[in-house]
Amino acid sequence: MADQRHHEASHNPYLEKRRTEVETSALEERVRRLEEALTSWGLVSKETLDRVVEIYENDLGPLNGAKVIARAWVDESYRKRLLEDATEAIRELGFGGLQGEHMVVVENTLTVHNVVCCTLCSCYPWPVLGLPPTWYKDPPYRSRIAIDPRSVLREFGLEFEPAVEVRVWDSSSEIRYLVLPERPEGTEDFDEESLAKLVTRDSMIGVGKAGEP
Amino acid sequence: MNSVHDMGGMTCFGPVEPEGDEPVFHDEWERRVLALTIATSGLFGPLDKRRHVLEKLDPLEYLSCTYYERWLGRLERSVEQEGLAGKAEVAQGLGTPISTGTLESVIREGRPASRTTGRQEARFSVGDRVRARKLNPPGHTRLVQYVRGRSGVIARLHGTHSFPDTTAHDEGENPQPLYSVRFTAQKLWGPAAPAGDQLFIDLWEDYLEPQHG
Repeated sequence: MADQRHHEASHNPYLEKRRTEVETSALEERVRRLEEALTSWGLVSKETLDRVVEIYENDLGPLNGAKVIARAWVDESYRKRLLEDATEAIRELGFGGLQGEHMVVVENTLTVHNVVCCTLCSCYPWPVLGLPPTWYKDPPYRSRIAIDPRSVLREFGLEFEPAVEVRVWDSSSEIRYLVLPERPEGTEDFDEESLAKLVTRDSMIGVGKAGEP
Repeated sequence: MNSVHDMGGMTCFGPVEPEGDEPVFHDEWERRVLALTIATSGLFGPLDKRRHVLEKLDPLEYLSCTYYERWLGRLERSVEQEGLAGKAEVAQGLGTPISTGTLESVIREGRPASRTTGRQEARFSVGDRVRARKLNPPGHTRLVQYVRGRSGVIARLHGTHSFPDTTAHDEGENPQPLYSVRFTAQKLWGPAAPAGDQLFIDLWEDYLEPQHG
C-alpha cells in the first residue's frame, strides 16, 4: 500500500510529496494518538468517524453532479431553475449540505468558458463533486489558475480561441460554484442516464469537456 | 494576514500534474484525519477560525506538507489551543460525543453562512463600479491580495453572509452583504492578459468602496 502511492514519481519538486515508510509511520502514530485522545475524552466515537469516512468515500462524488448536469441538458425549465437558484434546483435531486449550502451554477457556451478554483484554500462543492482531487488543492493550480488560466487549461488539453471569454471563479466565500458544461455533439438521442455518464468531474470544474475521458 | 496560503497570481510552482484515477484517500490515516476534522468541527469554532489555524502554520510547513498533513497539524494545534487535555471533565472522559445521526444531519443540511440579521440592505447594485480596498488585516481575511486596490464591477448579490474577518476572531459575525465582483484579467494582471478574460470573486461589503469616474 505504502509503495502504490508512489508509482508515478512527480517531476515537480512542489508536488514531490513522497513519504518514506518511516515518515508515514510517524504520521500514522500522530493520527492514532489524536484519535485515541479525542475518543477517550468522549468527544468523538469510532463509529461516527467510520460513518463520516463512508459518506465521503462512497456516498458523495461527481456522479451526483453528473445527474444535475444531465437533467439540465434534457429539461429546459430545470436548466433555467439551476441557473437562477442552483441550491434549490440541486436540492430537487436530493443533493445538498455541508460545503454546498450556497450553490451557483455557471454555464459554458460557444463564447464563454468557466473554470472554478479556490486560491486561498480548497473550497469545492462537496455534495455534488465529493472531495476535491489533490491537484485542485495544491499550489500549482491554486496560484496560476487566477493569473494565467489559459496556460493551466492547456495543461488539461483545453485550448480556446482568443474570442472565447475565459471566466475564472475564485471561491473566496461560502458560495460554491459548479460549471454546466456544453452538451456534447451527437448526443441528441441520448437519455438522461446515458448523458450523465458523459459528465466528468473535470468538466464540472471547468478543466475538461463533457464526453471526453 | 499576508501569508503563503494566499497564492492567487503566483507563477513559481510549476505545472499542474493530475494523478490519473486518483483515489479519494492515499493512506488510511488520511481517512481518519478527514473524519476527525468533520466530527470535531463543532468543538473548534466556526470554519473561519479553523481556516485561520491553517493560515498561521509556518510558511515552510504549509508549503512542504501534503493537504491532509496540514489538516493533521491543524487538529493538533486546535486541541492544544482549546486546552482540551487540561479540562477536568474532558480528562475524565465525560465529554459528550456528537452522535452519528446528528453529524449525518449536519452533513446533509450543512451550515449556511447566510444570515437574516445584521446589514441586510446592500449598498451596491449589479453593474456598480467598485474598488477592492487596500487593506492588510493582521488576522484572518478572505480579501485576497491580488484584488486589493483594483476596480471591478458588481456582478451578483449573494445576500447577507457572516463576515470571516471578525467571525474568525470571536469578534461577532458582523453579517453584511456579499457580492460577486467581476474584474477584467487586464485590470488584475496588466495589458499582457487576454482582452476578454474575466475573474469573478466573492467580496464582502466591508472590502469594497465605490469607484467614481
